[in-house]
Amino acid sequence: MNIFQLLNGLTFAALLFVVASGFTLIFGLLRIVNLAHGALYLFGGYVGFTLATRTGSFVLGGIGAMIAVAAIGFVLDQGLLRFVRGNELRQVLLSLGFAFVLNDLALVIWGGDSFTVPIPQALRGGLRVFGVFYPSYRLFVLATGIFVFAALWLLLNRTRLGALIRAGVDDAEMVEASGVNIRRVFLVTFLLGSALAGLGGLMGGAFLSLYPSADAEILVFSLAVVIIGGRGSLVGVGVGSLLVGLLNTLGQVMFPELAYFVIFGPMAMLLAFRPLGLFGRAT
Amino acid sequence: MTIPQAQSRTRSYAGMSGPAAITALTAVAAAAMLPVLLSNYQVGLATEVLIFGMLAMSIDVLAGFAGRTSLGHGAIFGVSSYVVVYATAQLGLQPPAAFALGVVAATLVAAVFALLAVRTSGVYFLLLTLALGMIVWGICLRWTQVTGGENGMRGDVRPASLLTHAAFYWAVLAGAVAVSYTLWRFVRSPFGLTLRGIRDSESRMRSLGYNVSVHLFIGFTVSGAFAGVAGALYAMFNNFVSPSTVALAQSVEGVLMMIAGGVGTLFGGFVGAAAIIMLENVVSAHTERWLMVLGTTFILIMIFAPEGIVGKLRVMLTRKPR
Repeated sequence: MNIFQLLNGLTFAALLFVVASGFTLIFGLLRIVNLAHGALYLFGGYVGFTLATRTGSFVLGGIGAMIAVAAIGFVLDQGLLRFVRGNELRQVLLSLGFAFVLNDLALVIWGGDSFTVPIPQALRGGLRVFGVFYPSYRLFVLATGIFVFAALWLLLNRTRLGALIRAGVDDAEMVEASGVNIRRVFLVTFLLGSALAGLGGLMGGAFLSLYPSADAEILVFSLAVVIIGGRGSLVGVGVGSLLVGLLNTLGQVMFPELAYFVIFGPMAMLLAFRPLGLFGRAT
Repeated sequence: MTIPQAQSRTRSYAGMSGPAAITALTAVAAAAMLPVLLSNYQVGLATEVLIFGMLAMSIDVLAGFAGRTSLGHGAIFGVSSYVVVYATAQLGLQPPAAFALGVVAATLVAAVFALLAVRTSGVYFLLLTLALGMIVWGICLRWTQVTGGENGMRGDVRPASLLTHAAFYWAVLAGAVAVSYTLWRFVRSPFGLTLRGIRDSESRMRSLGYNVSVHLFIGFTVSGAFAGVAGALYAMFNNFVSPSTVALAQSVEGVLMMIAGGVGTLFGGFVGAAAIIMLENVVSAHTERWLMVLGTTFILIMIFAPEGIVGKLRVMLTRKPR
């Protein structure tokens, strides 16, 4: 694997991190496996694409995508998931049904064509890094991934909300008993997690492009990340994203048609020894 | 162990009590009459109901009796379809040999899935089977040389004697009866009872000395083999296979049929399959938005009737006298 491919793997890992960190936040705190996360990613990408092409501003596209997807997340959480709280299986299957609806809705609105979010002028072209010429947009994605990691780390470890989220992951009932409105913390986490999916959609939409089955592809990668990293752990998502991103690139280089298979082997081996993932804890 | 039990009851026919045997015979006889009454198109739909009913039953063996809902059975089903079409179209095998090869392939894939999945339970099991199924889908989509990629593969899979709608329907019905009977015996066997024990309390079964992992592994593999039978029949039904046969939507439809019929009812799978396929048929006549309707149905069932149609009816019937 040369430097160029290594960078490809790292930038893909950064995108995966942004998407999967939202997934694992929701999974860890609310115990909700939100299988609509991939659809939220795709929706965010489409909304971001439309806004970015209409207004000509990538930043506006990003903000719009995050707000729109957070709003969809609000509908999903408050409108539907509230009826099946406490039943993990029903939540998962309900979110899957919601994913189908969203996916089909996207097909109605944007059609089946493939779109690529326009890259802002400042990030076009390339930069010379480690002796290779590399697209600067992908370096921007890498930087965003690192930034999101840092921001989430600070949020979780340095703020009151973060402390509440961490406490909620360990024991939600105890937090509620000490006078905190845990429902509100849950909702904020759900919106934050959804918004991250939307942001991921815009970022990924600019270099992976957006098409009707992109949601399933990003979902299976996110699942792999969370299965490897373990539920609700930020470091776990980081490590999981790096592993999956690099393995996927390695797979594409060595066995282009069977790249999917290459993330499967390590995942399988890991599960044999740690069924809860690298950083997962039993509850 | 079962023999003294059978003797203590009045009479039993192939393990069924008298009334149950009569009900089963009536249902099969009624089903066998359908080609006489229905149009060719409707017979095709009935064939599909039987095939998907088998898929739903195979999922129910795990979900209803071992407490593990699999989202990967559509992929196992699809692998069998792919292998059957590939074996007849590319390798030139005879239909029966291709059928057998398809079921064996599905069983092997199920065994690999099982090896990985038996250590997990609850949501993790769901996630893992989902991810494994998606990998199969990804391979079918990308490995263009073998699978034909997005275009799929076509092949004359159906044996010459089963070319008419009615003949094929009867063959599938015979298969469905055999599969139903086998699965019914399977879940009532001591092995099936052990699975139920694992569903109710894994730790208790473990401390009683049962090897939980091995039981789940065998349960999963058997369930996958029957999903493979359904998949092989589906290949013969369509003479065609494409990535949508292995897609997540396939697994989801199977699970939805199983839940709609009622988890743990086994034969409810046919009721669920009939309900969903009829719905699909009606909806497709009016709109192309089948996926949206499927998703909405899923959401509504999860919120209002998670115990399924059969279960819901049972609840409503028992509530009435009060």
